[in-house]
Amino acid sequence: MKIYVPLDAAAKALGADEVAAAVLAEAARRGVEVTLVRNGSRGMVWLEPLVEVETATGRMGFGPCDVSDVAGLFGDLADHPKYVGLVEAIPFFARQTRLTFARVGVTDPLSLDDYQAHGGLNGLRKALAMTEAQIVAEVTESGLRGRGGAGFPTGIKWKTVAEATADQKYIVCNADEGDSGTFADRMLMEGDPFTLIEGMIIAGIGVGATRGYVYLRSEYPDAIVVMTEAVRRARAFGLLGSSVLGSGQAFDMEIRTGAGAYVCGEETSLLNSLEGKRGIVRAKPPLPALEGFLGKPTVVNNVISLATIPVIFEKGAAHYKNFGLGRSRGTIPLQIAGNVQFGGLFETAFGLSLAEIVNDISGGTATGRPVKAVQVGGPLGAYFPMGKFATPFCYEEFDRAGGLIGHAGITLFDDATDMLGMARFAMEFCAIESCGKCTPCRIGAVRGVETIDRIARGDTAAIPLLTDLCETMKDGSLCALGGFTPFPVMSALTHFPDDFTRLKEAAE
Amino acid sequence: MKDFIIPSKDYGFSDRDMGTPASKSTQMITLTIDSFQVTVPAGTSVMRASAEAGIQVPKLCATDSVEAFGSCRLCVVEIEGRRGTPASCTTPVTEGMIVHTQSARVKKIRKGVMELYISDHPLDCLTCSANGDCELQDMAGAVGLRDVRYEAVDTHFTARQNGEANPLFIPKDDSNPYFTYDPAKCIVCSRCVRACEEVQGTFALTIEGRGFDSRVKAGLKNDTFLTSDCVSCGACVAACPTATLQEKSVISIGTPERSVITTCAYCGVGCSFKAELNGDELVRMVPYKHGKANRGHSCVKGRFAYGYSAHSDRIIKPMIRDVISDPWKEVSWDEAIGFAATKMRGIQAQYGQQAIGGITSSRCTNEETYLVQKMIRSVFGNNNTDTCARVCHSPTGFGLRNAFGTSAGTQDFDSVEQSDVMIVIGANPTDGHPVFASRMKKRLRAGAKLIVIDPRRIDLVKTPHVEASYHLPLMPGTNVAVLTSIAHVIVTESLMDENFIRERCDWDEFSDYATFVSDPRHSPEATAFLTGVNADELRGAARLFAKGGNGAIYYGLGVTEHSQGSTTVMAIANLAMMTGNLGRPGVGVNPLRGQNNVQGACDMGSFPHELPGYRHVSDDATRAVFEKLWGTVIDKEPGLRIPNMLDAAVEGTFRGIYIQGEDILQSDPDTKHVSAGLAAMDCVIVQDLFLNETANYAHVFLPGSTFLEKDGTFTNAERRINRVRRVMAPRNGYADWEVTQLLSNAMGAGWTYTHPSQVMDEIAMTTPSFSNVSYELLEEKGSVQWPCNEKAPAGTPIMHIGGFARGKGKFITTEYIPTEERSGPRFPLLLTTGRILSQYNVGAQTRRTENTVWHAEDLLEIHPHDAEVRGVKDGDWIKLASRSGDTTLRATITDRVAPGVIYTTFHHPETQANVITTDYSDWATNCPEYKVTAVQVSKTNGPSEWQKDYAAHAERSRRIMPAAE
Repeated sequence: MKIYVPLDAAAKALGADEVAAAVLAEAARRGVEVTLVRNGSRGMVWLEPLVEVETATGRMGFGPCDVSDVAGLFGDLADHPKYVGLVEAIPFFARQTRLTFARVGVTDPLSLDDYQAHGGLNGLRKALAMTEAQIVAEVTESGLRGRGGAGFPTGIKWKTVAEATADQKYIVCNADEGDSGTFADRMLMEGDPFTLIEGMIIAGIGVGATRGYVYLRSEYPDAIVVMTEAVRRARAFGLLGSSVLGSGQAFDMEIRTGAGAYVCGEETSLLNSLEGKRGIVRAKPPLPALEGFLGKPTVVNNVISLATIPVIFEKGAAHYKNFGLGRSRGTIPLQIAGNVQFGGLFETAFGLSLAEIVNDISGGTATGRPVKAVQVGGPLGAYFPMGKFATPFCYEEFDRAGGLIGHAGITLFDDATDMLGMARFAMEFCAIESCGKCTPCRIGAVRGVETIDRIARGDTAAIPLLTDLCETMKDGSLCALGGFTPFPVMSALTHFPDDFTRLKEAAE
Repeated sequence: MKDFIIPSKDYGFSDRDMGTPASKSTQMITLTIDSFQVTVPAGTSVMRASAEAGIQVPKLCATDSVEAFGSCRLCVVEIEGRRGTPASCTTPVTEGMIVHTQSARVKKIRKGVMELYISDHPLDCLTCSANGDCELQDMAGAVGLRDVRYEAVDTHFTARQNGEANPLFIPKDDSNPYFTYDPAKCIVCSRCVRACEEVQGTFALTIEGRGFDSRVKAGLKNDTFLTSDCVSCGACVAACPTATLQEKSVISIGTPERSVITTCAYCGVGCSFKAELNGDELVRMVPYKHGKANRGHSCVKGRFAYGYSAHSDRIIKPMIRDVISDPWKEVSWDEAIGFAATKMRGIQAQYGQQAIGGITSSRCTNEETYLVQKMIRSVFGNNNTDTCARVCHSPTGFGLRNAFGTSAGTQDFDSVEQSDVMIVIGANPTDGHPVFASRMKKRLRAGAKLIVIDPRRIDLVKTPHVEASYHLPLMPGTNVAVLTSIAHVIVTESLMDENFIRERCDWDEFSDYATFVSDPRHSPEATAFLTGVNADELRGAARLFAKGGNGAIYYGLGVTEHSQGSTTVMAIANLAMMTGNLGRPGVGVNPLRGQNNVQGACDMGSFPHELPGYRHVSDDATRAVFEKLWGTVIDKEPGLRIPNMLDAAVEGTFRGIYIQGEDILQSDPDTKHVSAGLAAMDCVIVQDLFLNETANYAHVFLPGSTFLEKDGTFTNAERRINRVRRVMAPRNGYADWEVTQLLSNAMGAGWTYTHPSQVMDEIAMTTPSFSNVSYELLEEKGSVQWPCNEKAPAGTPIMHIGGFARGKGKFITTEYIPTEERSGPRFPLLLTTGRILSQYNVGAQTRRTENTVWHAEDLLEIHPHDAEVRGVKDGDWIKLASRSGDTTLRATITDRVAPGVIYTTFHHPETQANVITTDYSDWATNCPEYKVTAVQVSKTNGPSEWQKDYAAHAERSRRIMPAAE
């Protein structure tokens, strides 16, 4: 009997470890031989812990499970109170296009056998037969863009690094996933770490870098454990080291833990932190692609960008490029959170409208009240009102609609939400997380909170000051932290002006 | 504000802050800024290009002494074809770029940013110490800020808010004696932090906290500026755009209204400074950015330790006495000069022309030194002139003259920027030559390699972001053995630069030297037992130096002040020649000269055997040049060296001496011998700022003037002739050169100099290596490096390009002859000496400043093992005894020194470290062996008998009877 209980941190937070222990105990009690696999999460968080039992017809799901549900797993499955049927037939899952996350939730994350049985290393083997230029061209051809938020074409970044001359180059994976409401990086690293490793190796071979680092936030202890063990196993296997899979090409990597600063998710702060320096933003130029880690040419890519590389090589750039809309090619792992009925990870081709995502896929709010706004792209993303729900989920289209898709976090809010409070939260978040280097962010965020408090007290004359401040921060800040904080603030102010004048009106 | 600057003529030395450092690229880029076309080197920032075009883009975090940072966001501009508003400081120019510095959009951003700045800044401009000298104030004006609309709740500048203590408020830190840190005024531009890192290289400052809580912090959590690693170089203060880091003198006096560019009178680096004044009151000394030795940097001494000039100990009235047991009698200049002249002539009448002499000062100007030797040679009528270089770098002159043909270092300081590997031997640059050390550290941080050869683990061995590849901690006195071993490795492993040797040197001489050093007795393995240096480490160092690219050797008194000082200098020269490290930037042999004008004092003919320009007195042609000009006959026999003068004094044949600006009693070896010599003389004339130790034996005291009070030139360690400019009138009434002229004329000379420039003209007229030097040229160029003549009209930054001054470079065999001073059962430890950053030489100046907070007394460094076996604990009073004498001082226990080696400084007269040192000296030049003395240490209760007697004598001999009214 084969039973899957996720080791994903979200599942664990909901009791997966206890359930897993109970499965083993129950099996022992009954004298049944059970193979327990701690898989990644399927991404349907409302079903976690989602236990899967392998059957002749496929993997049957049970969720959300607690310890009391375990005994039933050894009985008649269809009668189980938490029975959800074939996991892959659940509409939320069935509607997805899983390329990057193809193995997440399916395999044993730390089994290289399992990994290869599900297509792992095919991409790398193809890449090893290619020249550096061919590798870079393949990535360019796929249309892959930086999934960390900026959406910069990955192939062009790689080309810059590949063409730079240096005695040493580096691949740095940005795994400092600090946006509230986002979890794709974590799920990928916990659920399929070898994909990331394989992607980094291909990147290294493509640009001529022999060392890689994963800068992993300290708030992800499970991901740190899984990634560290995966690197160890990859090295033992010969995947990492002086001769990758016997190719004669060297690549090795290590996992580095961050120290809790949100701003270190910004690539230049990350590089400073990785070098052991204070995590403050560097001015660009020089671009990290030319003067990055320790002043050497460096590819800095997000986890999802790098983890998508293997499937691009396995199935070909054309296959990947066929998905998507406009200049946004391939798939994007949406992370749906907040006040939502069906929250979780939903990998899909670019181009779904916000309305489809919010109303169909997410099933609306958990409270059942009407959706008031959706914040897309993490805490620095704009609030979208219902009126803009037709916007297709793509880089350019969101930009034109006054927002950004960022790391593809989507947070739902119902009509009880005070948007002035949300605007204040954005400024407060910026004030707490600012590195303190540039003035608009360092002082501006604090003044932003104070000015919104004035407005909240009924001083509507401060609204133009808030608008000016947002302009200063947007145009004047050194990095996206100060530069994007005006997105949530101004979108809240623009789309929900009533929330900013309520007290004044009440007084009148 | 400060628009009255001397020199008044503009030779292109603008003080304007260009925002970012200059690019060294040779590729030129043309762009358009606000419709003005400008052409600048590639790599130049848009900000600097704008400044070149005469447009000052508003800025706060940028300054041209540090790399662009891009934090203040005031300097944003618009560039056609580019998105957004890039910061001009971090954006490099590109060909054809079209920049707009004053678009509506950027003006709005700037105003918005300024509004934020001012929302967290006190509006006390009128009473602020930076009023009128504040960039924040300037920028508020430049961007047209008229209103601050924020109701700031959180601020850093109010001590109390709504009756509660403001947790964000940090009180002023005034722990440093010279400047304050007022966090309430701070705009967190990080200029101070970057200056500490990039310019000084100490890394004492950081930004603590993040976001709005970002604050400048010295050291660790509980540190103040004084207790932190801060070396008080002042770079942060100079970089600060507001009153946050402010000189205490400016706080108490006010902002200066005029400035004079002059040269520091401390060490041999020769930093250029702007003396900033109100009237004749000195407000502050600011490093001058166009100074070619210091490139805008300074150390705690030059920047801050000038208070001695106005110290109450300073003697400003001439004094005389018949015998040294009498109290001093204040008299007029006429009486003092007449008294001195009569005595000196009287001695000559009774004991002969050779019975008097003089000592020139490495602290005084070239012109003053020249006049003193001129007085001795043409008025006294003998060659009894010597100088303190005798006790420091005389072996340098001897060694380098024999090897290369010129008695001076081969490079300029800028050369270090192109070095790949440096040897530092017998020098402690971070303490002794701090500004040059900062330039070295900058290069080392950029990747150059370092080899330190020193008995002591000097700071350079391991300092933030700098670590020596090799530290060879040799036993004192074994320099020659170590260097010969290095040569052994280079020759036996065939690491030498044969092409260079064949082309530039005599191959046969090299072959002889190669045979000599190849002898197995010179191998590192064979010499290790003697030197204490690990053979593998030595081999590694030799290979690194030979094959590590441009190799430069920097050395100090740890090389010269030995019995084998001259041999060591020649070994260094050999090493540079055999590795081909001469005659281009980045290489060379570079003595780090101790005193501000020790190079100049040597150049000016201070030695008994040499006329100006290192020409022997026996050379008829040279003598003829001077005899014709001076109208006197010059003795063709060399005169007496300092030790010989003292010997002769004890014998009774030498009875009168004129000592300008040198304290031989404290600085020369074997103090008891010096005092016996002085005590035996009939007329000791001391010309100095203070009643120094030598003055305790003087009959005439002529008050000296400080470097702030006179015109002249100093020549630094890189042969650079820098102008010294009169900042204020001499408090004593006369510049030192005028005093020498008064005495000469009282002895019948009839000199009529009215300005030191006339003396320089005379030097140029008589001395080939100076023939093109004039005050006009110095005004025009700022400074020049000799040789400066027909062949090199603008001076010579790097010597021996294409060939040596003497023709072929000469390899000289360097047999190691150990000093006779060696440790034994009675004196089992070896004492070596050095200096510390905050104090200078015998401390006459620095002890009279607040620099004493860092170093109030000389301490004896002793290894824990040696301390343990003697029961010595940290801070114990200990007796330090040698064959010559004993003294007491307190111990500090440290593993900077190896077991068997102890170390102290010699800055305080109470210590009298030279009571201990012996009369051994360099075989060629008599340079004393300060660096090796066999000693014993033991615990004691307090000062030695000698110290007590000496203190009583000093007190007695310093009594002054005021002149009758």
